[in-house]
Amino acid sequence: MSAAVEETSMGIDNRKLGMWVFLGSEFMFFGAFITAYLLYLNTTAGGPTGEIFDIVYTSISSFVLLMSSLTMVLAHNAHVHGDMRRMRLWILATALQGLVFVGGQAYEFTKFVNEGLVPTGSPFASAFFVLTGFHGIHVTVGIILLLGLWSYTHTGKVKSDQPLKTEIIGLYWHFVDIIWVIIFVVVYLIPWG
Amino acid sequence: MRRIPSRRSRQRRTARGIGLAVMALVLAGCSGEQTMLDPKGPFSQDPDTLFKYVLIVAAVVFVFVQGLIIFTSWRFRRKDGDNDIPEQVHGNTALEIVWTVIPLAILVAIAIPTVRQVIALAEEPDGAMVVEVIGHRWWWEYRYPDSGVITANELVIPVGTPIRLEMRAEESGAPDRGVLHSFWVPALAGKQDVIPGRVSTLNMQADEPGRYLGQCAEYCGLSHANMRNRAVALEPDDFEAWVAAQQQPSEVAAAFAGLSAADLEAEVVPDGIDQEVGRGYYLFQSANCVACHGQINAEPVASADDFVASQGPNLTHLLSRREFAGAIFDLYEREDPDDPNADFTDQVDVEQLTAWVTNAPSQKAMTPEDGVGMPSFEPGTDNTGGLAGGLPPEDIDAVIAYLLTME
Amino acid sequence: MATTTAPPQTRSRSLLSRPTALDGLKGYLATTDHKKIGIMYFWSVLVFFFFGGVASWVIRAQLAAAENTLVNEEVYNQAFTLHGLTMVFLVVMPLGAAFFNYLIPLQIGARDVAFPRLNAFSFWTFLFGGLFLYSSLFFQAVPNGGWFGYAPLSTQIPGDNMAFYAVGLQIVGIASLSAAVNFITTILNMRAPGMEFMRMPVFVWMSLVTNFLLLFALPIIAVALFMLNGDVVFGTQFFQPATGGDPILWQHLFWLFGHPEVYIMILPAMGIVSEVMPTFSRKPLFGYTAMVFAGVAIGFIGFGVWAHHMFTSAVGPIGRVAFGLTTMFIAVPTGIKIFNWVFTMWGGKVRFTTAMLFSVGFVSMFTIGGLSGVTHAIVPHDAQQTDTYWIVAHFHYVLFGGALFGLVSGIYYYFPKVTGKLLNETLGKWHFWTWLIGFNLTFGPMHMSGLLGQPRRTAVLPGELGPDVLLYNQLSTAGVAVLTVSALIFLFNFITSLRSGEASGDDPWDARTLEWMTPSPTPYVNFYEIPTVTARDEFWERKYAETEDGVVRPVPMGASQDHGEPVPVGDTATVEGTGNASAVPDDIAVTEDVALAKVTSDDHGGNPDAADDDHHIHMPDPSYWPLIMCAGFIPLGYGLTFAAPTLIVLGALWLMIGMFGWILEPLAEGDDDYDPDAVHA
Repeated sequence: MSAAVEETSMGIDNRKLGMWVFLGSEFMFFGAFITAYLLYLNTTAGGPTGEIFDIVYTSISSFVLLMSSLTMVLAHNAHVHGDMRRMRLWILATALQGLVFVGGQAYEFTKFVNEGLVPTGSPFASAFFVLTGFHGIHVTVGIILLLGLWSYTHTGKVKSDQPLKTEIIGLYWHFVDIIWVIIFVVVYLIPWG
Repeated sequence: MRRIPSRRSRQRRTARGIGLAVMALVLAGCSGEQTMLDPKGPFSQDPDTLFKYVLIVAAVVFVFVQGLIIFTSWRFRRKDGDNDIPEQVHGNTALEIVWTVIPLAILVAIAIPTVRQVIALAEEPDGAMVVEVIGHRWWWEYRYPDSGVITANELVIPVGTPIRLEMRAEESGAPDRGVLHSFWVPALAGKQDVIPGRVSTLNMQADEPGRYLGQCAEYCGLSHANMRNRAVALEPDDFEAWVAAQQQPSEVAAAFAGLSAADLEAEVVPDGIDQEVGRGYYLFQSANCVACHGQINAEPVASADDFVASQGPNLTHLLSRREFAGAIFDLYEREDPDDPNADFTDQVDVEQLTAWVTNAPSQKAMTPEDGVGMPSFEPGTDNTGGLAGGLPPEDIDAVIAYLLTME
Repeated sequence: MATTTAPPQTRSRSLLSRPTALDGLKGYLATTDHKKIGIMYFWSVLVFFFFGGVASWVIRAQLAAAENTLVNEEVYNQAFTLHGLTMVFLVVMPLGAAFFNYLIPLQIGARDVAFPRLNAFSFWTFLFGGLFLYSSLFFQAVPNGGWFGYAPLSTQIPGDNMAFYAVGLQIVGIASLSAAVNFITTILNMRAPGMEFMRMPVFVWMSLVTNFLLLFALPIIAVALFMLNGDVVFGTQFFQPATGGDPILWQHLFWLFGHPEVYIMILPAMGIVSEVMPTFSRKPLFGYTAMVFAGVAIGFIGFGVWAHHMFTSAVGPIGRVAFGLTTMFIAVPTGIKIFNWVFTMWGGKVRFTTAMLFSVGFVSMFTIGGLSGVTHAIVPHDAQQTDTYWIVAHFHYVLFGGALFGLVSGIYYYFPKVTGKLLNETLGKWHFWTWLIGFNLTFGPMHMSGLLGQPRRTAVLPGELGPDVLLYNQLSTAGVAVLTVSALIFLFNFITSLRSGEASGDDPWDARTLEWMTPSPTPYVNFYEIPTVTARDEFWERKYAETEDGVVRPVPMGASQDHGEPVPVGDTATVEGTGNASAVPDDIAVTEDVALAKVTSDDHGGNPDAADDDHHIHMPDPSYWPLIMCAGFIPLGYGLTFAAPTLIVLGALWLMIGMFGWILEPLAEGDDDYDPDAVHA
C-alpha cells in the first residue's frame, strides 16, 4: 500500500495526511491543558507562584528548541537533495538540541521541586507540571523518532530517495516546537497575580 | 443490609401487585408526591406553564411525524409480485426549505419566552428571606442568618415569602471534602447544584402551607439515594412561632450549664432532671457524640453569630423535626404505618431511633471509617467512632432518653 | 508512527518473521484485514453487551419494588456506572467502529484502510481497554462514580474504583483516537477513481463526521482523565476545592467531549439508515445534499451545546441562554434528516425486511427522543427535568431507540455481505416487534416516573413517591424482560443463520452502493479490480438505466450503462451476476489469471487501464506487532491505577519496543502480492 503503487485521492501520501490529522487532534489536547493552566494561573494555595520561573534560563532552552526546527528543515532539505551525510548530521543536531531542551526541563523541574513547587501542592503547580511535562514527553518521543531515523539511514531502511519519512517526522517536530512557543508565552510571559 | 422492621413496613404497601396498581392509576390519574407537574409557587409555576405549552407543541409534532411515517409505510409498501421501479426522485428543494423553516419558526416561538424566564429567574426577588443551605454526605443542613437557627433535613419556610437559598457543600466543617449535591423540591422550584468552593443560589416560594418532598438530585456517592429533604411551609404566624422555639436553648442542657466544673467532673445531675436523662447527658459527652453533632444549645440564639459549625446535624431541637437521617426514617410514627405519606402522630418511633443510635451504618449505607457518616456504637461491631467496645444497650437507652428531651 | 510498510527490499532483522496466515486463530491474531477487524469488533461488542445487560438487570430488579434491599447501595452504584460505561464505550461506539471497519473501504472502493496495522492496533487497544475496565471486578473496585465521573466525588471515593475508570477510559480513548486518524485518512485519501465527496454514500459521510468528532473530542476527555488519574492516584490538585481547584473544570471538559460523544454514537446509525431506506424503497436517498450538510451541521453544532448538561450547575444566565438556544437549534438539522428519510420512502416501493423495519423504527423512536430533547432546552424547566428519569427516558430513546435500532438494522442489512447467508426473516420480525415493544415498555414509562419526581442514580426507589411511580418502574422492569427475550431471539437467529442460513447471493437486497458489487462473503481483496465511479448510487446506475420515456429498466447482464441498451428483464429483484466482478463463482478455484481476466473484461465498466499496469494486487501483510504492542497497555494501565512506577516504566518500554518492532517489521517476502490460489483453493 505504499504511495509508489497507488495514487491517493488527495494527492498526499497517506502517512503524511495521517500525521496532519493526528496533529489536529494534538492541538485540542494541548489546548485543553493550556486552558486548565490559565484557569489556575493564580490558584497557588499559598505555595510558590509564577515568580519562581527563571525567564532567562527558559528563554535560552526555548531558543535551542526553536533552532532545532531550523536544523530539521535543513535535514529534510539535504534528504530531498539526496545528501545523506548532511541529512544525518542535521538530524543528529536536531535530536541533540531536543535533548538539551529536555535536559533543561529536567533541571528546571528539579529546581522547582526543591523550591517547593510540587505537582501535589496546588492546582497551579499541577497544571504547570502536567502541561510542560506532557510537552516534554512529546519532545522525548520526537528525539526517539529522530534517532531511529538516523540509525535507519545506515541500515538501508531509509534511503536517500525517501525524504517523505524525514518530512513526516519533521512535521511532528515542528508541531512540538510551535506548541512550545504557545506554552512559553502562556506560562512564562503572561503575568500572574 | 439489616434494617429494622419499621422501614420494611413501607415496602409491604408498595410491593403490591401490578393489577392493583393499574387500577389505582386509572382511578387516581397521574399523581405523585414528588411530582414536578403540580407546582405550588411562582418559581415552579412559570417554568411549568412553559413546559406544558411546549409539550402540546411536541405532541402535535409527534402525531404529525408518526402519522406521516405510518401513512408512508402503508401507502408505499411493496405488494407481492410488484417489481416496478419507482420514479427515481432525488429531492425537492422547496420541501427542504419548508422543513427547515417551519421547525425553525416553532423553535423561535419557544426560545423567546425561555430566554425571558431564564433572566427573570436568576434575579434575586424583592424582600427575600435568606437561608443558607449546606449539602453534606448525606443530609441537608439549613441555617437562618436572621435568627441564628440551625436545623436539618426539613427546610421550614413561611408561606408567601420568596426565599433566597444560598447554597454550598461542606463536610467536617471543611469545604475540601465536600462533593456535589443538588437541592430539589419540585413543587417549589427547579433544582440547583451545590458545589464545593462556590456558593450557588436558588429562589423558591410556597403559596400554600404544606410538607413538600424533595431529594438530592446530583449523584453524591454511596448513599445518594438516602439523601432526601423536605420543605415545610408554614403560615407566617406559625413560622414566627417556630423560629422563636428554635431560638430557645435545650432546657436540659441549660440546667447542666449551671453546674460547676467540679459537679460536672463528678457527673452530678441537676435537680429536676431525670437520672437517666442526666446519664445520657454525660454519655453524649463521653461517647463523643459532641465531636460531630456539636454542643446542644444551652443559651438562646439570636443571629448568625450563634451558629455552631458541626459535622453532623445539630440536635438541640431534634424532636421538632418529623424525620431524620436524611429524611429516610420517621422520627414520629405515622397514623397509617403502611402509608409512607400518612400524617404523623405525636408518638416518637423510639425503636427506630434506638436502632439508628446503636448501629447507624446498618440502617443507612455510610462509610464512617472514611470520615463520612455516623459510626456504629454496637458492641462487637467495627467501632469506628473512636470508642473502644461501643456502648451497652442500657447506655444507648440513656442517650435516647436525653435525645427525647430535645423538643 | 504512521509508517505502515517498509520497502520490500529491506533485509532488516526482525524479532518475529512476518506472519502470512490468513486463516484460523493466527489469521485473526495477526490480521490487518479491515473486514476481520470489523468482525472482531462485532463479537467483542456482543460479549460486552451481555455484561451491560446484566448490569441493567441489577438496576431494574432493584427498582421493581419500593425501598428494595435486593442489592445494597454500593452494588447498585457500581451497576449503573458499569452499565453506562459499557453501553457507551464498549457497545455503541465499537459497534459503530465495526461498521466503519467493514464498510468504509468497501463503500469507497478501497482494498483496505490507510493504515492496516494501526487498525489492528485500534482494535486490540479497545479490547484490552474494555477487559482492563472489567478486571476491576477482580479487584473489587468496579467504578462507582457514574459514567460521568463528576469531580470531586470521583477523586474522593475510597479505593481504586475511579482509578480504573480514569485509566480504562483512557485506553479505550486511545483506541478510538487512532481509529479516527485511520478512518479520516482512509476516507480522504483512499477513494476509488471518480468517488468524489458528493458521490460518497451517506454512511461514509456520517463516518467522516463522526471520526472528526472523535478526533477533536477525544483529546479533551484524555486531558480530563489524565487530571482525574492524577488527582485519584498521584495527589495532584486539579479538582480539589481545598487548594482552590475547581470541580466545574471537570464538567466542562467532560461535556465538551460528552456531547459530541452523543453524536459520535448516533451519526453512524444515521448513516446506516440512510443506506437501508433507499435500498428497500428502491429510490435514491431523498435530499442527499441536505442529508450530508445536516450531518455536518450536527457535527459542528454538537461542539457548541455541551453546557446544556450543566444548566443546574455553575452556568450563569447568559450561558444558560446561549446554550439553551444552540440546543434548540440543533433540532433543525435533525428534523431535516427525519423528513428526508420519510420522503425517501414516499413514492417508493417499500419492502419491509427486518433491516427496513429497524430503520423505520429508528426514525420513529429517534423522533420521540428528539422531541423530549427539545424540552430540555426550555432551560427553566430543565432545572426540574435534569437528573430525573425524564432524562433517562430521553437519552435511551436517542441511544437505544436511535443508535442501537440503526445499528441493528445494519446487522440485518449487512449480514449477507459478511457471511454470504441471510438472517432468518421470520425470526428477524419476531426480534423486531419484541424489541420495539420491550423498548417502549422499558423506557416509555420512565418519562412518567421522571415527571413524577423520580431522580436517577438512586439505589432505592422511595415508597413516598407514590404507587404510580412504583407501577411505572415495574412496567420498565417487565420491559427489560421482554427485551431479554428479544435479544435471545436475535442471538438464536444469528447463530443458526450463521451455521445454516439461506444463501444470500451477492446482492440480495438489490442495493445501490459499491460494497454490493463484491461477492458475498467479501473476498480478501474486496474488489478484484477497483471500480471507477461515475455516479452517486454507482451500483444501481450500473444495474438500471432510464429509458427516454422516463421508465427505469434493468441493464442486461454484460452491458455497461454507457453503451448498453436497456431491455426489460422479468425478475429484477435478483440481479446476481449482473455485470460486475461478483460473477466470480465461489466454488471454483479461481486462478490469478481467471480473476484478472474477469477484472479486465469489458463487461466490468471499470477502468481497463488500471488492470494493465500491475497484475498483482498488493494487500497489507498480517502482523503480530499491533497485538504485541497493545499488550504494553496492560502493565502501563495497572501501573497508573496502583501508582506502581515499575509497571509504568515496563509498560512504556514495552510500547516503545513494540513501536520499533512495528517499524522494523519487514514485508513477508515474496508473499506481498495477493495470490488468489491461497484464498480460494
